[in-house]
Amino acid sequence: MSKTPSAKTANPAAAPVLPPNDPHLAPVNLKLKTEERIELFRTMMRIRRFEERALRAYQAKKIGGFLHLYIGQESVAVGCCSLMGKHDHVITAYRDHGHAIAVGMGMNELMAELYGKATGCSKGKGGSMHYFAPDRNFWGGHGIVGGQVPLGTGLAYALKYRGLKGAAMAFMGDGAVNQGAVHEAYNLAALWDLPVIFVIENNGYSMGTSQERSSAGELPKRAAGYDMAWGQCDGSNVYEVRALMDKFLTRAREESKPAVVEIDTYRYRGHSVADPDNTYRAKAEIEEYRRTKDPIQVVQNMLIADGVLTPEGVEQIDQAARAESDAAAEFAEASPFPTVEDIQKDVYWEADHPAQRASKGRLFFD
Amino acid sequence: MPQITYREAIRHALAEELERDPNVVVMGEEVAQFNGAYKVTEGLLAKFGPKRIVDTPISEAGFIGLGVGASMLGIRPVMELMFWSFYSVAFDQILNNAANVRYMSGGLINCPIVIRGPANGGTNVGATHSHTPENVLANHPGVKVVVPSTPYDAKGLLKSAIRDNDPVMFLENTILYGDKGEVPAEEYLVPLGLADVKRKGTDLSIVTYGRSVIHSLVAAEVLHKEHGISAEVVDLRTIRPLDIDTVLQSVAKTHRVLIVEEQKPFASVGSQLSYMIQREAFDELDAPIHRVTTVDAPAIYSPPIEIEQLPNPNRVLKAALDLLA
Ligand SMILES: Cc1ncc(C[n+]2csc(CCOP(=O)(O)OP(=O)(O)O)c2C)c(N)n1
Ligand SMILES: [Mg+2]
Repeated sequence: MSKTPSAKTANPAAAPVLPPNDPHLAPVNLKLKTEERIELFRTMMRIRRFEERALRAYQAKKIGGFLHLYIGQESVAVGCCSLMGKHDHVITAYRDHGHAIAVGMGMNELMAELYGKATGCSKGKGGSMHYFAPDRNFWGGHGIVGGQVPLGTGLAYALKYRGLKGAAMAFMGDGAVNQGAVHEAYNLAALWDLPVIFVIENNGYSMGTSQERSSAGELPKRAAGYDMAWGQCDGSNVYEVRALMDKFLTRAREESKPAVVEIDTYRYRGHSVADPDNTYRAKAEIEEYRRTKDPIQVVQNMLIADGVLTPEGVEQIDQAARAESDAAAEFAEASPFPTVEDIQKDVYWEADHPAQRASKGRLFFD
Repeated sequence: MPQITYREAIRHALAEELERDPNVVVMGEEVAQFNGAYKVTEGLLAKFGPKRIVDTPISEAGFIGLGVGASMLGIRPVMELMFWSFYSVAFDQILNNAANVRYMSGGLINCPIVIRGPANGGTNVGATHSHTPENVLANHPGVKVVVPSTPYDAKGLLKSAIRDNDPVMFLENTILYGDKGEVPAEEYLVPLGLADVKRKGTDLSIVTYGRSVIHSLVAAEVLHKEHGISAEVVDLRTIRPLDIDTVLQSVAKTHRVLIVEEQKPFASVGSQLSYMIQREAFDELDAPIHRVTTVDAPAIYSPPIEIEQLPNPNRVLKAALDLLA
């Protein structure tokens, strides 16, 4: 296997967990079957092509509001979600398309949601920032920075309470770590030994603000203040993500222990499609990352070097992902919008289940 | 008079007050180097430097609370919330601290802070980003609430807000930022608590504020042209203090009231207005008060449906015709 060496600064104060020198030798990666390795690659490719197609739809004014693209970060969601067992759960912020596809949501329902159609995963009610699939242990898709982190902690609490051997992964950005709710969640998780992994997807920027301009100290080290384990890895290599996350997930499931993990990554596009992205970083910085660390390219090179895939095989996967994205856009286009009557559905459980209503009085006002 | 945008009007108000008072500080997410998420603060960093124009981390509870504390010790912070929707993260600081500290100290302390930013639906940003909390804020004695609808009002009211010795919540609108209007080159103030009759009329009073004023003016024009109905449009401009006198004068003239607000109906600004109108002008009313609000549900994302969830000229027109039928 080809290697991406990981240069990490060890932290003597609170002994971080680092990925093994060669993440490919981690048991969780050694045990991967060929088809599973290809599947990791395919999922990353599908995320990228889905989002590129969504971007075109946005530019054609088929999509409203915000569109926060995950392009450049695919290995993080795919690496983490590929480790999910039956009782593992995921929650993230508004940059959620990658996680949604990684947990197995279909492109049709995702694209239709962006188009605001009734066939969308949230019936056109949530939009890009608010994808959900509880049947796939995916709890959103949250628009308020940091707001999902206590929820992820609550998922872990529910797992522990119900005696289920699972873990919750609560994803957040490098800017979100400065929300008070995040720190309160850290303390609760550590104090109550909850099986939650706080995953910081550090793409270097929160909107137009670089990490240095928004955060004091190193982000994952804050865990040490709560006596929590922490780790850090390079996110461009999906195997490295898996190697590190596997340790913490196993520990969470077996010992019900929380951790903070920082995964270094990068976004190629503006914060959202509306961000012209020309004031706070140099184009060369983006190009450099794309050239040397693109997570899809990194895996692709490894798979070809290892003889798992041929360039033609890569091309086929790429074409299939493009075709699937185009078909999703056609599906979305052809789907109906919700109706004005739909506005007041899905607000109260009781209103949606009138036969089982127990409360009295008026629920809605005009 | 020069024509400038609502965005520029706010920027000019900030710049003039920064110039006038060295204790004015502008603070918020992306306000300095990025020139503002909605470019309201564009150029201010270059002009006033990083001591006066300050970028914050994404820590609304922390930086809004910091602003409240600083205002107790002589600073006049003008805090930007990228969206008013994020006020909920800082709710405790606004409502327990800014609103109460004067009272709890028996009048020893005051908080001359302004918190400003957009609060509106209509851009398909969904339920988490579309809150219009003017009613929630105004429910708390101790805070003042301003919702300007035009560039002229935005500038004059913001300057008054910055000079005000109480905490002022200033709610703008991303859809209005690009709207142009006449704004005098020379300095002026618009006092808080003074409504403005944006269109005179005799058959019906449309009482409204914020972007709903714009919708109401469109509807009033159609009422006039196509139905021969003369609607008066009263723009509250400030929710608290509330200029009820101007509203009552209009009611005494038209005897019919339609309230239009981009706001959920339960315990809204319109609820308070309706109470006061019936209490103080019951005999003037020839019909029950009607209102157009946001359809009572969290903000839907779907772009064409969101238009119908919010007040719009058609909904205002229909409600006005119903009221006069
Ligand atoms: C409470 C709150 N404040 C501000 C925002 C506006 N906002 C949305 S994303 C964002 C930047 C977040 O950066 P980061 O956490 O690094 O995540 P990334 O976008 O890089 O994935 C900001 C300021 C918000 N949605 N919620
Ligand atoms: Mg970031």
